[in-house]
Parts: sequence; C-alpha cells; structure tokens
Amino acid sequence: MSTPLLSGTGIAKSYGPTPALRGVDIAVGEGEIVAVTGPSGCGKSTLLHCLAGILRADQGQVEYREQDLGLWSDSARSRLRRTEFGVLFQFGQLVPELTAAENVALPLLLAGSGRREAREAALTWLDRFDVADLADNRPGAMSGGQQQRCAVARALVTEPRVLFADEPTGALDQLAGEQVLDQIVRASREQNTAVVLVTHEARVAAYADREVVLRDGVVDLTGLGIGVDR
Amino acid sequence: MSTAHVLLGLLAAGPRHGYDLKREHDERLPQAKPLAFGQVYATLGRLERDGLVIESGQDQDGGPERRSYELTDLGREKLDEWLASTEPPAPYVTSTLFNKVVVALLAAGVDRARDYLIAQRDAHMSRMRELTAAKSAVDATVGDVVAADYALGHLDADLRWLRTTLTRVADLQKEVTA
Repeated sequence: MSTPLLSGTGIAKSYGPTPALRGVDIAVGEGEIVAVTGPSGCGKSTLLHCLAGILRADQGQVEYREQDLGLWSDSARSRLRRTEFGVLFQFGQLVPELTAAENVALPLLLAGSGRREAREAALTWLDRFDVADLADNRPGAMSGGQQQRCAVARALVTEPRVLFADEPTGALDQLAGEQVLDQIVRASREQNTAVVLVTHEARVAAYADREVVLRDGVVDLTGLGIGVDR
Repeated sequence: MSTAHVLLGLLAAGPRHGYDLKREHDERLPQAKPLAFGQVYATLGRLERDGLVIESGQDQDGGPERRSYELTDLGREKLDEWLASTEPPAPYVTSTLFNKVVVALLAAGVDRARDYLIAQRDAHMSRMRELTAAKSAVDATVGDVVAADYALGHLDADLRWLRTTLTRVADLQKEVTA
C-alpha cells in the first residue's frame, strides 16, 4: 500500500486499570474495506472509536492524510467527523423525534448546507437504499432493517472518505443485514470510501477486502482470534 | 480425503499390522465409515507398490500369519505434504478437516495441527470473500445468490469448528496419543 489514508500506530487505550488495546498497528487505504474482527472484549470497538477520533488513545498515533489527529483540538476533530468521516453503530441511533429524511439531512445541516439542499440529498440517499417511501416516517414507525438503512444513508450523505461501522448488522436478521452490507459495499466502491467494519462474524467480515484480527488488545497474526492451549 | 493418507499417518507412530490399522482408524475417526479389512489390505498393497510403505516383519503368533508395515522416507514425505496442504474450501469437507487434525496430532504433534488449522482458516476465509463478492455483484442472479449462500453457510460452520478445535487441540492430543 502507498501512503495509507488512515493509520494507527502503537495504539494503546485502557479503561481504568483494564487495558483494551495494547499497541495496535493498522492501516487503511483509500477506498479499502477492512474488517476488524475478534472475540468479544478483544478491543475492536475501542480501536474503531480511537481511529474515528471519538476516543483519544492513551498512547500511539492516529494519522489521517498523514496528519496526527492527536494534535488536533476537540472541535477540529468533531469537524472532521462531520465532514470526512461517517459513523454507523449497531443500533441506528436515529433521532426518534425526526423523520427519516430529517435524520439523513442532519449531518449536512450540521456541516452548513442549506435546508432545501440537505433535504434533496437526503431523499436521493433514501431512494438509493430503497426507503424513499419512508421519508416522512419517524423511526418508531419503521422496522429495524429500515431504520438501519436510514442510518447508513445518514452516515454516507456527506460522502465521507472513511465510514466507521461498528457491528452495523448486529441487531438485524440475516437478510436485512445482507441488504445493509450490500449497500455499504456498493457505496464504498462507487465513491471510493474506505470502510472500517467491526464485526465478530466471519460472514460479515467476508464483505471486506481483508481483515485484521484482534485478540486481547493486540493484532493476532494467526487470524484465529483465540489463544492456543499448548 | 484418502484412506491412504490416514494409514500413512497411523504408521507414523511405528510399524503396524493391517488389523491394528483398521482398529485404530475406526477408534480415532469415529465419524468416518469403519474400514473393511479388504480395503486396508488393498490400500497397503498400493502404498507398498508406490514405495510409501514396506513390509517390516511377519509373525504367526499361533493364529494366521500377520504382516506388519512401516513408513518409508518417501511415505513420510507424502504424509508431510498432505498435512501441510489445505483442503479446497467447499461444503462438506468437515470430516476431511477432522481427519487431518487427528492425523497431524498422531503423526506430528500439536504445532503441525495448529499450523494446519490456521492455514485452512485462511483458505476458508478467502473462499468466503470470493463467494460474498459473487453474490453481491450487480449482475448476480437469484440462482447465484442461493448457491453462494449454501456454500457460505457450510464454510461458516467449518470456521467455527476450526476456531473451537484450536482451543481444544492440546487436550485432543492427550486423548489421541494416550
């Protein structure tokens, strides 16, 4: 890989006395889909949060376009998350009081777009994910799969350079999950958006170009994510 | 999977009679179909013809005459090759994977079994990526998707088995070499 778009070097992070990450190196190229996998508690979600600038690592560096995000102010990192990064969690985290279209338009409004322009973009994305007819529904009136498709639309509406997806299909049945993954992969290919996909499922990881397996807070080069009893 | 490789694996521990080989095969690989004596001797005959085993002795022991066989260097080489190679990831290979792990433990120990499991896991994972890409392709037919799902479901089950087996491989060795 030439210079990666996003990289983490020696990332360490503890919660109190408990280490979650103990020196992880990872690099993600432009448009590349990388699955971060491993068993529960291996540190994969923490790694995603550190790379996305949501959490500050205790040690190590996160670089985006060769700039050390640790040196940026909180407000500069928030701005980056609104424009260059998209974030998607297991549960859509749509704002319950807003309609689907308003939810999807939100990141654009926060980034300074006009109201009409934001709504039009939101409708385009909802249409792309086959949920345009739900534009004026609130999340409570949608199925889990429909909500998550809106959440994907919201994460991608700013056309981010990196999408961070943390178990994005964890709350969905298999078919609904596959639709969401297909959408993520297609959008990534069309817009050359890199994706960091955190999952504990091999079938989800198989959507990625390659995978990085964590075990006990470090990269496990065997790919198995488990200790070997000798 | 071939019975020949399993027999080579059983002979790695030392010379055996055809009867011992049949008994050990059936005991170690309980999910496999029991071997018929005729099959054991026919296989040994082919292995001998190909220079992979040689006759190492005969004894009568009051009963019928029994020949014992041992591995040749070439036989050990063929066995190592098999243990180091991954199986083509396809549905219904689990029993082959199982046999290979057991034979690796008998013939070469925990490290060899572990290396094999890791290599097989990589092979399975790349096949799953190919199948996923095929079913997600814009021009994929429903038939393509359904066929890919069938294979993916089996490979996923194998992967889970590979992972849990790796945690149990040392205990399994104690059992198979007891």
